[in-house]
Amino acid sequence: MTNPNIPVTEDELHAYIDNELPAERRGDVEAWLATHPDDAEQVRAWRTMADALHARYDSVADETVPKRLEIEQLVRQPRKWMYGAIAATLMAFVAGGGAGWLAHGAAASPSSFQNFTLDALEAHRLYVVEVRHPVEVEASERAHMQQWLSKRVGYTIKAPELDGAGLKLVGGRLLPGPQAPAAFLMYESPTGERYTLYTSRATTQTTQMRYATRANDGALYWADRGVGYVLSGPESNKDRLQQVARSVYDQTEKNGG
Amino acid sequence: MNTFHESVEAMIPALRRYARALVRDADIADDLVQDTLVRALRSERLFLGGDIRSWLYTILTNLNRNRRRSLARKPQFTQLLDTAADASGTEAESRDIARALATLAEEQRSVLLLVTLEGLSYREVADIQGVPIGTVMSRLARARAHVKASIEGQRPALRRVK
Repeated sequence: MTNPNIPVTEDELHAYIDNELPAERRGDVEAWLATHPDDAEQVRAWRTMADALHARYDSVADETVPKRLEIEQLVRQPRKWMYGAIAATLMAFVAGGGAGWLAHGAAASPSSFQNFTLDALEAHRLYVVEVRHPVEVEASERAHMQQWLSKRVGYTIKAPELDGAGLKLVGGRLLPGPQAPAAFLMYESPTGERYTLYTSRATTQTTQMRYATRANDGALYWADRGVGYVLSGPESNKDRLQQVARSVYDQTEKNGG
Repeated sequence: MNTFHESVEAMIPALRRYARALVRDADIADDLVQDTLVRALRSERLFLGGDIRSWLYTILTNLNRNRRRSLARKPQFTQLLDTAADASGTEAESRDIARALATLAEEQRSVLLLVTLEGLSYREVADIQGVPIGTVMSRLARARAHVKASIEGQRPALRRVK
C-alpha cells in the first residue's frame, strides 16, 4: 500500500477496473471501496456494463466468418472487385439508356478522366479507319516497339496478348497525352473489328472502370497505380468490350505503372 | 498464407465484434471489416512490425470516421422505435446496451468499446485515436456515465429497491 489516506479519484476508479492502476495503489482503492459504498456501487455498475457488452457482442466473434471476409478471398479481392465494377458500370450504362458519361464511383474528378478518355476516343476514331498506316511500328517489331514506347511513356509497356479474345496486335504508335506521352496499341479481329488501348500517366492513382461512348465507339477507362488506360472498340458489343478490357486489365496489372 | 496474413486473419472475429458494436448494422459492420482487411492486406509492405492488433483497430476506426463524414452529407433513415415489448430479460438487457451505445458520441463509443470489449490499454486507444491519454480517460468517463444514465432511464422498473 502507498498512502491509504490519499482520497481515491474517479479516474483511479476507472483505472482500477480497467487494470490500468499501478499495482501498489490497488490495495488502497480496495480499502477505499470497502468504506465508500457509493463508489463501490459505481464500480459495480461499470462492471455490469462491461458484462452486458460482452454478453451482447461476444457472440459476433464466435460466428463463422462470412466468406467475403476470408483472407484467401481478399487477397484476390482487387481482381474480383474490378470485375464487379466493370459489370456494374456496363449494367448501369445499359440501364441508363446510353446516357453519355457515366461516372461510377468518385475516386477521380470527372474532368481528368473525361479528358483522358476523350483523347483516347479521338485517337481511336482517327486511326481505326486508317487502312495503310494505322500504326507507326508494326507487330512484327513487337519487342522493339515495346522498348521504345516504355522509354517514352516512362513505365513498362507490354502489349497484352488478346488472342484469347480473337484479337491480333496490329502495332502501336506514340501520341501526345493529357499529362505525358501516351502509348497507343491497335488490335484487329479476323473480321476487321479494331480495338485500341491508350495508356499514359494519369493524375489519379486507382479508379474503378468507367464507361464512355461517342458516335459508334465505346470506351472503358480505368487507372491503376498512377497509369490510366482506355480500351476503345465498337460500341455495339459491350460484352465483348468488357471481355477484352478484363483481359487487358489482368495482363497490365502484372507490369505495374 | 504468410505470417502476416495469419496474424490479420486471427483478428477477424474481434474486428467483427468491435465493428458490430460500433455501427449496430451487421452489414455495414462487415463492410467496414472488409474494407479494413483489404486496406491492411494492400499495405502489407508498409507495415513495419509493431502491433498488428492496434494497427487494424486504427484502420477500422478511421474508415468509420470517413464513412460517417460522408453519411453526414446525405439524409439518413434511422429506426425510430425498437419495439419488442415481450422480450425476455437478457434480450431486453442487450437491446438496452445497444441502444445506449447508439446515443454516445462516436469517440466516446469507440473508447468504451476498445477498452471494455476489446481489452486495449489506455495507451493503445490514445494512439488509435491520436489523442493524449487524458482525453481517452475523460471520454471513457463520459461514456460510462452516459450509458449508465441511459440504461437507468430506460428501465426504471428494474431498479433494485433496497
